[in-house]
Amino acid sequence: MEMRVIRPGMLTTVQDLGRRGHLSEGVPNGGAADKFALRVANLLVGNPEDAPALEITLTGPELEFAQAVWVAVCGARFEEVPAWRPLRVESGRRLKLGRRVQGCRAYLSISGGIDVEPVLGSRGTYLAAGLGGFQGRALREGDFVRLLPSTRHPTGHWSIDERVLPHYSREPTVRVVPGAHGEEFGTGLYSGRFGVTPNSDRMGIRLDGPRLERSVQGDLVSAAVAPGTVQVPPDGHPIVLLADAQTLGGYPRVAHAVAVDMPLLAQLAPGDGVRFIGSSVAEAHALAHAQEHRLALLSQGLAGKFRPA
Amino acid sequence: MKMEPLGDSAVVATLGSGVDAATLASVLRLAEAVVAAQGRGIVDVVPAYATVTVFYDPLRFAESSEDAYALVCRFMEACAARSAGASPAAAARAAEIPVCYGGDFGPDLGHVAGHCGLGTDEVVALHSGADYLVHAVGFTPGFPYLGGLPEALRTPRRDTPRARVPAGSVGIGGPQTGVYPIASPGGWQIIGRTPVALFRPDGHPAALLRPGDRVRFKVISAPEFDSWR
Repeated sequence: MEMRVIRPGMLTTVQDLGRRGHLSEGVPNGGAADKFALRVANLLVGNPEDAPALEITLTGPELEFAQAVWVAVCGARFEEVPAWRPLRVESGRRLKLGRRVQGCRAYLSISGGIDVEPVLGSRGTYLAAGLGGFQGRALREGDFVRLLPSTRHPTGHWSIDERVLPHYSREPTVRVVPGAHGEEFGTGLYSGRFGVTPNSDRMGIRLDGPRLERSVQGDLVSAAVAPGTVQVPPDGHPIVLLADAQTLGGYPRVAHAVAVDMPLLAQLAPGDGVRFIGSSVAEAHALAHAQEHRLALLSQGLAGKFRPA
Repeated sequence: MKMEPLGDSAVVATLGSGVDAATLASVLRLAEAVVAAQGRGIVDVVPAYATVTVFYDPLRFAESSEDAYALVCRFMEACAARSAGASPAAAARAAEIPVCYGGDFGPDLGHVAGHCGLGTDEVVALHSGADYLVHAVGFTPGFPYLGGLPEALRTPRRDTPRARVPAGSVGIGGPQTGVYPIASPGGWQIIGRTPVALFRPDGHPAALLRPGDRVRFKVISAPEFDSWR
């Protein structure tokens, strides 16, 4: 079982929910930038939530399947493929996503999953170190990617209730917990719109817009940072760290996005904008529990919609 | 010990303000105690310089219980109380890292010598004659931040970082020195290269060095470098 990469798209990598337990060795958690979309994409084709899928960035790949499969595309929306529902691709057919409509990263799950070996506990690709995923790199034209046989298939035509989805937007407001150096920046982070610049990637979203001025001078001793950390380099333009964030940072940490809003950040494309609003750790935990309840209900609701392969 | 949140899934404990061996020792004691205690919901622990950051999974704490952040803080305080004054369980490890200085392996050796008003041989003698301490591992997988660089060798980073520094490169960045385990962009002054792999994804552990390790560099020749593997 395999698929052939006819066109790779701009940056298409194998991702799962990432690795844990290697931060002190300098290895980021990585995995899908939008883990919500990856989890739902897997649920829709009957895979375990953490199965590896393709993370597609800005432009879609063209893929050919040697056998019939079920796929789902979640996260960013593309013109030729309906999102958030299972789709059957017949044997020998090519899957094309077409033009991007909204969002930055789509997750393409394939029933059965992608057959790659775990490295340091994850099948996700960590591009900077060339490890994990498909040969540690993005897919290229002509690649043959092995697939695993699926044990069950979706029945009938259905899609999920989009009310369970995060409020994806080209101009989202992201909730943040104040960071260790938040007070040193006054209210600057909360007073305007920041634009997403083109040199953003899986490591971080580089923003422009109002410059953040720090009221204190002096270098900091490096400490841990993580996906969601909003750090401010000397030029005053904040960077929001994403899935492949380096594990240590020496810039002031003005704030940190709450976990449930990470998908909103992961879907920001160059030219989009973002605003920040203050939240608290307690609110963030309540939001995380609520989202987990919704996903559990979704998973239960889907249980009867599959038949054995 | 000051504790504060790093977002909704981590707590940062700060145990000092500077880069010094005493602060690092208390950081390592706390990190060790946290790892050993295997607290519920704790998913990762990152000791670095003056801080210990403990990552937790909020979903592993009951929604109705006291808030997860407070529980993790209290757990860390208990670990700190238990570890205070204790000698580190893990004995300090010492590593000797062979380095071929200068030439193609160390394109900035001449610049460092010029900046410091020394001969290149003096730079090599000073760099390979000092004892270093790993204060943190990060930046890229396995990258050790080493304290203990002789003051005479302090050299500011390059104005323009290199797009690609080869794996094994040994560099100086201000008051620190370190080794690039994988090819990556980098702004440090590169003075030599080691044939030793500091990061092996299939290794246990994957990173050769960890915070608290003592490091010395040993001068090797280009032929010795070539025949190392």
